[in-house]
Amino acid sequence: MLMFILRRVFQTIPVIIGVTFVVFFIMQLVPGDPAVLLAGEGASKETIEAIREQLGLNQPLYIQYFEYLTNVFRGDLGVSLKNSQPVLDEILVRLPITIELAFFSIIITIVLGMAAGIISAVKPYSLTDVSVMLVALLGISLPSFWFGLMLMYFFSVKLQVLPVAGWDSLLHVILPAVTLGAGGAAIVARMTRSSILEVIRQDYIRTARAKGLRERIIIYKHALRNALIPVITVVGLQFGALLGGTVLVESIFAINGLGRMIVDAIRMRDLPMVQGGVLFASLIFVTVNLFVDVFYRFFNKRIELN
Amino acid sequence: METAEKKIILQVDHLKQYFPVKKDSFFKPKAYVKAVDDISFELYEGETLSIVGESGCGKSTTGRAILRLDEPTDGKVHYMGQDILGLNKKEMRKLRGDLQVIFQDPFASLNPRQTVKQILNEAMAIQEVVDKPKRKDRMLELLGYVGLSAESLDRYPHEFSGGQRQRIGIARALAVDPKLIICDEAVSALDVSIQAQILNLLKNLQKQFKLTFLFISHDLSVVRHISDRVMVMYLGKVVEIAEKKELFDSPLHPYTQALLSSIPVPDPTLKRDRVILKGDVPSPIDPPRGCRFHTRCPFAVEKCKQEEPPLRELVKNHFVSCHIAEDLPV
Amino acid sequence: MNKKNKLILEVKGLKTHFTTKRGVSKAVDGIDFTLHKGETLGIVGESGCGKSMTSLSILRLIPSPPGKIAGGSVLFKGKDLVTMTEDEMRKIRGNEISMIFQEPMTSLNPVIPVGEQIAEALRLHQKMGKKAAWEKSVEMLKLVGIPSPEKRAKQEPFQLSGGMRQRVMIAMALACTPEVLIADEPTTALDVTIQAQILELIKELQTKIGMGVIMITHDLGVVAETCDKVAVMYAGNIVEHASTEQLFANPKHPYTQGLLNSLPKIHEDQDELITIDGSVPSPYNMPAGCRFASRCPYREDICITHQPNLINQSDGVKVRCWKYTDEWTGNRDKEGVI
Repeated sequence: MLMFILRRVFQTIPVIIGVTFVVFFIMQLVPGDPAVLLAGEGASKETIEAIREQLGLNQPLYIQYFEYLTNVFRGDLGVSLKNSQPVLDEILVRLPITIELAFFSIIITIVLGMAAGIISAVKPYSLTDVSVMLVALLGISLPSFWFGLMLMYFFSVKLQVLPVAGWDSLLHVILPAVTLGAGGAAIVARMTRSSILEVIRQDYIRTARAKGLRERIIIYKHALRNALIPVITVVGLQFGALLGGTVLVESIFAINGLGRMIVDAIRMRDLPMVQGGVLFASLIFVTVNLFVDVFYRFFNKRIELN
Repeated sequence: METAEKKIILQVDHLKQYFPVKKDSFFKPKAYVKAVDDISFELYEGETLSIVGESGCGKSTTGRAILRLDEPTDGKVHYMGQDILGLNKKEMRKLRGDLQVIFQDPFASLNPRQTVKQILNEAMAIQEVVDKPKRKDRMLELLGYVGLSAESLDRYPHEFSGGQRQRIGIARALAVDPKLIICDEAVSALDVSIQAQILNLLKNLQKQFKLTFLFISHDLSVVRHISDRVMVMYLGKVVEIAEKKELFDSPLHPYTQALLSSIPVPDPTLKRDRVILKGDVPSPIDPPRGCRFHTRCPFAVEKCKQEEPPLRELVKNHFVSCHIAEDLPV
Repeated sequence: MNKKNKLILEVKGLKTHFTTKRGVSKAVDGIDFTLHKGETLGIVGESGCGKSMTSLSILRLIPSPPGKIAGGSVLFKGKDLVTMTEDEMRKIRGNEISMIFQEPMTSLNPVIPVGEQIAEALRLHQKMGKKAAWEKSVEMLKLVGIPSPEKRAKQEPFQLSGGMRQRVMIAMALACTPEVLIADEPTTALDVTIQAQILELIKELQTKIGMGVIMITHDLGVVAETCDKVAVMYAGNIVEHASTEQLFANPKHPYTQGLLNSLPKIHEDQDELITIDGSVPSPYNMPAGCRFASRCPYREDICITHQPNLINQSDGVKVRCWKYTDEWTGNRDKEGVI
């Protein structure tokens, strides 16, 4: 097990280097010259050239990249082109907000998704099942920005029970977290349902029935633990989608998190900021996946042994 | 069989097949499953040699190693004097025309998207045994041999019953004019009445085409029916080889004796003194020292725990690997 | 035999049908048998004959839908299991009637320690406390011959060998000392030396507990060694019912004869096996007459047009064949067709 964890940790290093590589070069393809943006409108050619020289933008790309990479490993993500603050500091201010949002969202994804899946699976093809699955289908199909706006309109504007935007209290978390978690919950619900229905056909469920156990105990004790094994993987994957979703949701609800920071930085061609933001986002994703893998391995020891 | 004109078709020498086991720590030495651990035997032309034993004894692994479906760890396999393990890919492919295999699950070994015609055609095309224009006739001939109708040609494997699918598998093996067929649990998945049909078919085809069979099975009644000679394996080792009648009438190894007495016999009037072995087969990763059977053997003495018994010819053509075979109670 | 012993199970005209898109499959189509205390009944037949569906129907464990008990009754100590409520039925399952299955590999829950899988039945049916149930389950593991049972009880099934898992299944089934044990191909997935151990174990525990055993198997060897009486099934029907001695000494139904003939014999040499030609009719489309007629070497006109009943013979054997009735002409024999 320890071997496995170590191996998995080592495997993440090339992934992270790959991410910096992709982010760095994609940003080069984006039209617009950061030096021009930084110098402001109507700046002279000399000024722009000077800025370029100062930022090292005149050097060949690969040298720029390697310099960036070595700095990253030293913990230096550069300074923002916009306000000359160290990128790391900017990120560390916003990171907790995004993590908080992601945490509540994934809780909603898991709890809501699994509950819906179980309710559906207990009586397959019943009215409850069909309705729950219909809602889940809606959850997958609806775009989150529209869904977020609808929630905002209904709960904040009409009913006035929840704050419209911002990030001050736990009440502020509810709408963005629901918006962000809903799509994942729908996918988890469908996955949980089909996984339980699959497990219910297994021989050991028949054994449990032959023992005289109640159907409720059979589902919760015998079926669920086995059924959740594939669901764990899906939850891990959903986390990635969720991180991507923060960009939209943070913008809609005016939350000053990592996602919104990246969007602003892209708009400003604030290259070090974008790189730093994406790097951290992928770090979170890689870490979560590491946990999912270890958790999965732990849940399913048999895989290794057989 | 007349011993005078026996010709060796396949010679297996010191064959070993080790599979590495995944380690769970840096510090443990690399472990291997010793699926087949130094076995030697020969197969005579036109005979049926059966390999019997329980799961994990290495009988199927032996068959796969001979065909190089898994590359053996060590040892030599000679087919008609030619060293099989030294052949390159192209030569090996050519040789596969002579060496065919029939598996337990015919459904898994037949491509579900191919009709019987395509299955047979492919076999012939790979080995280039029959010219294209003659293939149709050859297919009909093959279906005749295995007792399937001509309409079968355009049907898919799932349209057939288990027994019929096994017939298709046999037809495919026959398509390339093989000399030696390895039957790996070929009738194990079939109901008895169907199993009887396939066993009869195999016996008839053997006579008709002078085939040699290496018949791998866990079912001793089937083995008794089809074999000329029988080889018993336990935990990767050969424990006994003898002519069928000799082996079934006077088994020398305690394991063979226990195996034979374990079979439920469909005759309620037969009351036997049964030898019921204690415990399970030990792990092939870390097999017992000395004789591998000593942990379950009711007669084991000190020597059995220390020294590995060699395979020795105790009676003419009857080999056994047991230190105390002479002194066992009959 | 156990004639003087108490009758515990009586199956009468049991029918189990499956309704699918292809139509109605009559998996079990009107079968009758009885089981007494301490007795072992074998139900034997080839795949698809309905033997496993029969055993699942007794405990009402057939997958439903599409399966359904379409008629008949299963009287357990006088009460009809078919018409019981689900709650009453649950009190019988695993308590008074238990079952063990073919695949010890897949029949145990892979993520629950085996001791707990045994203990939960005890807590449920015997109202035992947690500790008492655990101790009893360790005791059961010891009873079925599992070495170091305290340690094994805490292990999950994948840490046990196939033979040991089947022992766990038996421990689980017998934990509440049932009156009937249904063993559905209990040794088919096991090696012969392990099979011998398991059959011996079942026999030994049967004597100890005094339960009746229904042994479902395709292996006539297992029947000969373990059963007192046998029902041979073919295409959803019982075609012959006899004591084990009678069945093997003097098989009456042509299918039973064919089945015995097609077995390779361990104690004699045969050049060619006698086979049964053809194959089983589709369960969706059963012939009007005898279901074995198309494969039967003795077939007469009446066999094709009318289904025979399971008829008592003078020696107590029941057989479903026109050959043993007055309607039989025997013309084919005289003509020397056979």
